Amino acid sequence: MAALSINNVCKTYANGTDVLKGIDIAIEDGQFLILVGPSGCGKSTLLNMIAGLDDISSGDIEIGGKRVNDLSPKDRDIAMVFQSYALYPSMSVRKNISFGLEIRKMPQGEIDATVERVAQMLQMTHLLDRKPSQLSGGQRQRVAMGRALARNPSIFLFDEPLSNLDAKLRVEMRTEIKLMHQRLKSTIVYVTHDQIEAMTLGDRIAVMKDGIVQQFGSPQDIYDNPANLFVASFIGSPSMNFIPAQVVESAGVLGVKICDDQGCVILPLPHAQDKIKPWLGREVIFGIRPEQITDARTAYREGLPVMACHIDVIEPTGPDTLVFVSLNNTKVCCRTHPTEAKLPGHSMELVFDVSKAVLFDPTTEQRIA
Amino acid sequence: MAKHLTPGRIVLYAALLLMAIYYLLPLYVMLSTSVKTLDDIRGGNLIALPQSITLDAWSKAWSSACTGVECGGMKGFFWNSVKMAVPSVLISTLIGAVNGYVVSMWRFRGSDVLFTLLLVGCFIPFQVVLLPMARLLGELGIANTTSGLILVHVIYGLAFTTLFFRNFFVTIPDELVKAARIDGAGFWTIFLRILLPISGPIFMVCVIWQFTQIWNDFLFGVVFASGESQPITVALNNLVNTSTGVKEYNVDMAAAIIAALPTLFVYMVAGRYFVRGLTAGAVKG
Repeated sequence: MAALSINNVCKTYANGTDVLKGIDIAIEDGQFLILVGPSGCGKSTLLNMIAGLDDISSGDIEIGGKRVNDLSPKDRDIAMVFQSYALYPSMSVRKNISFGLEIRKMPQGEIDATVERVAQMLQMTHLLDRKPSQLSGGQRQRVAMGRALARNPSIFLFDEPLSNLDAKLRVEMRTEIKLMHQRLKSTIVYVTHDQIEAMTLGDRIAVMKDGIVQQFGSPQDIYDNPANLFVASFIGSPSMNFIPAQVVESAGVLGVKICDDQGCVILPLPHAQDKIKPWLGREVIFGIRPEQITDARTAYREGLPVMACHIDVIEPTGPDTLVFVSLNNTKVCCRTHPTEAKLPGHSMELVFDVSKAVLFDPTTEQRIA
Repeated sequence: MAKHLTPGRIVLYAALLLMAIYYLLPLYVMLSTSVKTLDDIRGGNLIALPQSITLDAWSKAWSSACTGVECGGMKGFFWNSVKMAVPSVLISTLIGAVNGYVVSMWRFRGSDVLFTLLLVGCFIPFQVVLLPMARLLGELGIANTTSGLILVHVIYGLAFTTLFFRNFFVTIPDELVKAARIDGAGFWTIFLRILLPISGPIFMVCVIWQFTQIWNDFLFGVVFASGESQPITVALNNLVNTSTGVKEYNVDMAAAIIAALPTLFVYMVAGRYFVRGLTAGAVKG
């Protein structure tokens, strides 16, 4: 049974602005859904609508098969963790966690047991009698999660919960959230603008832009098969390279022509022959991820096209060295083994793994192949 | 920390000192005159120290000075003012808190317009409302009573208290209210259990502001209350202007200080919250 289904949901503000234009998303019980997109894409609005904090202009939202459009937030069986944590400043941690339970008239004994259980689960028993102002950012985050956990709702909603934390803590909490999900098998809707959070946490990702779901799928699927230029550029770091290139034919195989200042090669695209046939002789956008352009040692596969390129800049990251070259007058990032990378100003043989390369229509920015 | 006494600083301190003296001088004159005897006042000059200190003028001002034909001192009027100011301050502050809560956290269609209209209320001069208000109080049957005066002050003060609370509440993240709504709290629960406990500073601001305004008000007092129910400001005026017998400057001064003491007291007790409350929200808790 679908834990959450969003059917053709639209949101129009009183001044006529369309924030959401027909959103369709459904997830199963226990799935971790990520709503990801740049700011202003409508992801937080959608989350607020699931929570019941924002009205739905048209369409339906169902939680556990029940239409909840007209239910108030407290009757939707949800709990939410906010970016600012939204802890009640005048209440102790214990009170913060028990507040919602008291309002729901849970017996006191049960409340105490729940608070104790949640505090132990999140290892914050020693913090129970502190006020939020006496807690660090990470601890506040933990309390906010505890407050949601105590309610044991059918869906957890997270609104950019990690973006106020410093980088190190963010990675720790990310793992913790993932662990919690694996242990509790809870259904989670998680809003973020950080594509790494999206990739690492999600079972299903909805990439949003301008009030439209650009693509909805598993993280790997979205990474490997982006539906359009926006999704391809948004997911992945460093970002996919987009090289304007002409579709040409060589030895009966269609491919794209890639040049640098020393010469040109034709990269054959055997996996996409049918789809690019209509584009023969025309300009497309050739999309290839940094890890698919690499040194011969890392590439390990035989028979891939090779091109000697002039190196502009290198950026060592530790595990890899990013090599920047200029192809078809576009800056291209390649991920190479640190010991194989040459110095700037030198030439280096780069291997193109074109099996996962994608092509986009330069005008519509939709995927061709 | 030793600051160097540069010429610039000397000039600065001198200027500050001069201004402080300038502002404190009237208070000194009032205090010293109130403890002088009438002979002392007539014989010496205004600034001179009293030759002997007597509190006769104070006790006369409090209990037996004549305000018009009555000769019961300021005592009764002082309590009139207390009976008027305390409920007015509390009621207007509480309603202002609810108003501010609604216009900041529960926006509805037209709530911005409502708030703007309330703001306009801050700029309405007293004189404009005198006649309509007098008529309204007459219709309600509470003309010339303390309750009537309380109603006037509550209505007039609402614009300010709403503004104060609204400006305080907009600095509190919406997410707090959203979290409480999801937790199942309703309108009043959120207000009473989450927002009020953190509104201490702005409460103090409102109380000080309203108390000062209402206690010191003369115009509403003189128009809407008469005789027995007059507030102290009106009584003070009557006392000073009573023209039978000799002019007792020491009694006048003592009465004036009595009339000013409560606001002074409120500011001394709660003044530090005033600054804190006005800057509240500037720093995130």
